[in-house]
Amino acid sequence: MLKRLAASVREYKTPSILASFFVSLEVVMEVIIPYCMGKLLDNGVTPGNMAYILKIGAVLVGLCVLSLTFGVLAGRNAAFASSGFSRNLRHDMFHNVQRFSFSNIDRFSVASLVTRLTTDVTNLQNSYQMIIRITVRAPLMLVFSLVMAFRVNHRLSLIFLCVLPLLGLGLGLIIKNAHPIFTRVFQTYDKLNRVVSENLHGIRVVKAFVREEHEKEKFNTVSENIFRDFVSAEKLLAFNAPMMQLSANSVMILISWFGAQMIFASGNSAENGMTTGDLVILITYAMQILMNLMMISMIFVMLTLSRASAERICEVLAEESDLKNPEHPVTEVKDGSVEFENVSFSYAGSRDKLCLKNANFSIRSGETVGILGSTGAGKSTLVQLIARLYDATEGTVRVGGVDVRNYDLDTLRGQVAMVLQKNVLFSGTIKENLRWGNENATDEEIEEACRLAQADSFIREFPDGYDTHIEQGGTNVSGGQKQRLCIARSLLKKPKVLILDDSTSAVDTKTDALIRKGFREYIPSTTKIIIAQRVSSVEHADKIIILDDGEIEAVGTHESLLGSDRIYTEVYNSQTKGGAQ
Amino acid sequence: MAEEHVNKVPTGPRGNRVPARGMPKQKLKKGTVLRMFKTITQGNLLRLGLVTVCIIVTALSSVASSLFLKTLINDYILPMVQTRSGDFKPLFFALCKMAAIYLAGILAVLIQNRTMAVVGQTVLKKIRNEMFAHMQTLPIKYFDTHTHGDVMSHYTNDADTLRQMITQTVPQTVSSLVTIVAVFVSMVVTSWHLTVFTVLFVLFMFFVTGKVAGKSGKYFMKQQTSIGDVNGYIEEMMHGQKVVKVFSREPQVKAVFDEKNDTLFENAYQANRFANNLGPINNNLGHLQYVLCAILGGVLATRGVGSLNLGAVAAFLQLSKSFIMPVNQVSQQLNSVVMALAGAERIFDLMDAEPETDNGYVTLVNAEKLNGELFETEEHTGMWAWKHPHGDGTVTYTELKGEVRMFDVDFAYVEGKTVLHDITLYAEPGQKVAFVGATGAGKTTITNLINRFYDIADGKVRYDGININKIKKSDLRRSLGVVLQDVNLFTGTVMENIRYGNLDATDEQVIEAAKKANAHGFISRLPEGYNTMLTSGGTNLSQGQRQLLSIARAAVADPPVMILDEATSSIDTRTEALVQRGMDALMKGRTVFVIAHRLSTVQNADVIMVLDHGRIIERGTHEQLIAAGGTYAKLYQGAFELE
Repeated sequence: MLKRLAASVREYKTPSILASFFVSLEVVMEVIIPYCMGKLLDNGVTPGNMAYILKIGAVLVGLCVLSLTFGVLAGRNAAFASSGFSRNLRHDMFHNVQRFSFSNIDRFSVASLVTRLTTDVTNLQNSYQMIIRITVRAPLMLVFSLVMAFRVNHRLSLIFLCVLPLLGLGLGLIIKNAHPIFTRVFQTYDKLNRVVSENLHGIRVVKAFVREEHEKEKFNTVSENIFRDFVSAEKLLAFNAPMMQLSANSVMILISWFGAQMIFASGNSAENGMTTGDLVILITYAMQILMNLMMISMIFVMLTLSRASAERICEVLAEESDLKNPEHPVTEVKDGSVEFENVSFSYAGSRDKLCLKNANFSIRSGETVGILGSTGAGKSTLVQLIARLYDATEGTVRVGGVDVRNYDLDTLRGQVAMVLQKNVLFSGTIKENLRWGNENATDEEIEEACRLAQADSFIREFPDGYDTHIEQGGTNVSGGQKQRLCIARSLLKKPKVLILDDSTSAVDTKTDALIRKGFREYIPSTTKIIIAQRVSSVEHADKIIILDDGEIEAVGTHESLLGSDRIYTEVYNSQTKGGAQ
Repeated sequence: MAEEHVNKVPTGPRGNRVPARGMPKQKLKKGTVLRMFKTITQGNLLRLGLVTVCIIVTALSSVASSLFLKTLINDYILPMVQTRSGDFKPLFFALCKMAAIYLAGILAVLIQNRTMAVVGQTVLKKIRNEMFAHMQTLPIKYFDTHTHGDVMSHYTNDADTLRQMITQTVPQTVSSLVTIVAVFVSMVVTSWHLTVFTVLFVLFMFFVTGKVAGKSGKYFMKQQTSIGDVNGYIEEMMHGQKVVKVFSREPQVKAVFDEKNDTLFENAYQANRFANNLGPINNNLGHLQYVLCAILGGVLATRGVGSLNLGAVAAFLQLSKSFIMPVNQVSQQLNSVVMALAGAERIFDLMDAEPETDNGYVTLVNAEKLNGELFETEEHTGMWAWKHPHGDGTVTYTELKGEVRMFDVDFAYVEGKTVLHDITLYAEPGQKVAFVGATGAGKTTITNLINRFYDIADGKVRYDGININKIKKSDLRRSLGVVLQDVNLFTGTVMENIRYGNLDATDEQVIEAAKKANAHGFISRLPEGYNTMLTSGGTNLSQGQRQLLSIARAAVADPPVMILDEATSSIDTRTEALVQRGMDALMKGRTVFVIAHRLSTVQNADVIMVLDHGRIIERGTHEQLIAAGGTYAKLYQGAFELE
């Protein structure tokens, strides 16, 4: 995991190291400054030596300036490195998602991808900044202070060696016990969020069934669990500070006691051993050592907390696209013929849950083909294999006589235009949205595509015409208008195969017919594959494929299927008797 | 601790954590602080009293210990060295005294921390539960006008900043304040001249840090905007990822993203850079103060100003160090207090939101008929009656039949934008009433008025002859079953989800309802049958299956009136035929309101109402409407489609 994350540091390695370096220098200053302050007090203020005060004072001011400079440089580099790290993380994740195949996308929910790219990255950014500043600082201070302490008086310093392991052990115990509780708290928090979120989504259901009390009970149980876990975790953590104080104070008292005896023995003379000055310095270092040990324990807590975020980010980074370009890709699609040979497909990739079983059929270039079947029959699955949005689990799909796996993906998708069932318009003008189909399309080409998709007339009715701004998700156009815009967008690709996956469901039957008429007259050489709920959308097709539960039940024309095929007849009857559709 | 400029260790739930330092100041409403104070103290008075004692003990103990070393050296060690007396007893006792003070401090910290953990979590639990309970009382309108994300963030981010404030910031601030006061008094006693200087210097420090914080705040604002921009783009592209693939637009999308990402980087860098400067600046200004104070003190002492001696200067230097530290701490925590209060304010806003009004007094009771007269009973008889108490103390009972009438009803979601005009309709018990019309014509709105998700502006709605405003909302809704287009299932088993309609239903009754709704078949085929867990709203089921479950859920409630709002619109016509059988069984003997896109769904209704822009433009049976040749007939012939 760390290796994968570290790969995103890249050009920010130098600033990261610089930050740590300046932090180290800052540490040096921070060790020297108290030392000088002690001297100032002992040799300057106490004896009233004005000259000495001014001299050391000047040195101290200089040290402050240095310390400030190092601090600012460290902060600046740390900010640069951590912001850069998070930028790279976002960049790497986003770019990897762009490489995802449809099945990769299916594996992550949209909401979870968004959280991973936003909140989780922010969490890691903060941790990273912490790491490059504190992780260097704390152990360094610890070692530095320890060395200094030993130099001042190694016998007294042995006290540290007795207390330090004890404190370390205590802190370790706290973290070890608190961590599982925190992990559990986070899971309970997810549960809490889920209850709230389900209530927000289902508030009408809750109210309609008068289940407010029931929901409250559900919520309160979860809330109570959080309370209990959090309190026990925090009560454990509450030992942190007192334990550290206990250690610090024990050390102070022990040093004072033994130190006093040594000073007495030496007569407070540096030649004979211990002095009061040494005592002051030792105690300062004692504080520093313990403080930094505390800091290290905090880093551990912090790191365990961001571990969850790191794991979620790594999942995205580690996800490998399961669709790859072949080594010597075919870069031209000959014609719009489509062929399925013994094709089976499962989203899970296993043989048990096939959504498409042993499909065999061929479509000649330029034909119009309708696909009919109930929800979940495998219609969308079937057409998505043509544009190689998924790879067939078994069998071969051919376009223009070539196995789709041999094509360059961009070439194939450029020639096989697919209007998805759940289609999306992006924020931007109508023209910008349409140019997704062809970036270099002229205004005339755009208008022509729109006329074909029966979109030109309503676009012209907008005050800004083709420059009308589309809101995110296309919320400011109606369902039928959106579908027509999506068709026009695909037409601009000038594809050899055009697939409409239930793309005219919100368009009235008359307009629907006009669109199909346009297809017949203006793009006769393009293969048109139309999935529809309405029989009227497909009855004039050259070929109608009936799908049922993943299997091709029948292939034929309206005339041959009506009466002979059970499903087709049922659907036909349900719609002609049922009215318009 | 202040010398170590470290971010607080976050121990709260995951969330977008913005560094507290350098955040832009937000304007707070008056009263929030007081209300927060009340919320925290309520029920916690004893604990807080204990904590206050602990804080004072801790602060005094730390003041005592900051002077300990000096006392030790000057009063014990040095005299001993000078007199060469080997009597360690006084020193021993002094150390014992000190150890006792330390121990008291340590115990106080321990008690304080543990108590505050309980206080903080108790307050949070209280807030959470109150918030959720209040949320349940809010009208649908509230949920229309607030995004789910916003409401969710009250439970996560806002609650988390509050927790940090209560358990960490407040105790630390109080403890710092106690220390500041104690040290300040000692400082004034030692030398008022130097105190004045120190105070002036602290003000100067505030000025400098304020400047830096302001700069950083400016960039934090910019950072927030870029974060919003980047997040928005990520969200849009993740939603449209499949479209991106189909059009092979990955390179362009990446380019736009990179550009936005770079802007975010620049702003985040600037914001953090200035924020990171605060620590070193504060530290070194503190050092500078020490030096300047030493020089000034030295000068004053040598000139004998204010009877200041050198020992006093030395003592003062120690004190000023202990003074600057908590002052820094307080100033650094000020921002997190402001942020937490802003969070508290948002939470209070939710808690203050106006709940649904319910002045109903007519209730629904079990009833039985004796000699043609209705009597209230405790038992479940299958017969229900409206219990109607009158002003004169008498009570009348009306049998629940399911007759709904509307007279000249007008309604507007937003004042001034009337969406329903003069709606008048009669639904006799057992009748099927259908609404047809384009999206936004007002079909759903009419049903929303029947179950009082919204209250009418003008006109009357009568239910079994009773003004529905007089009926207690919960009883009114209990008598209405609803199946909506967007099926909302809850995490839990299939059994639990169906039972949602009637919590008292036995397993047999649940299975019975599922059979009625034609759902039993597919449920039996699920891996664990009725005990199959549904996760995240039942995404492991198909749309049709979820719809069947929601029909079963309504069936188990067994209400006299049903509202079917586009219940089958996302199912294909063939599957619908299957669902339809379940629906037909369900509708038998009930008053039913059907909203549908598909005319096949509504053809056999007793009356069909065609709605356009909030008005009923046609009404009649299928045959009558076809004969009339109006909008309905045109729809039927496919001349245009509803959107």
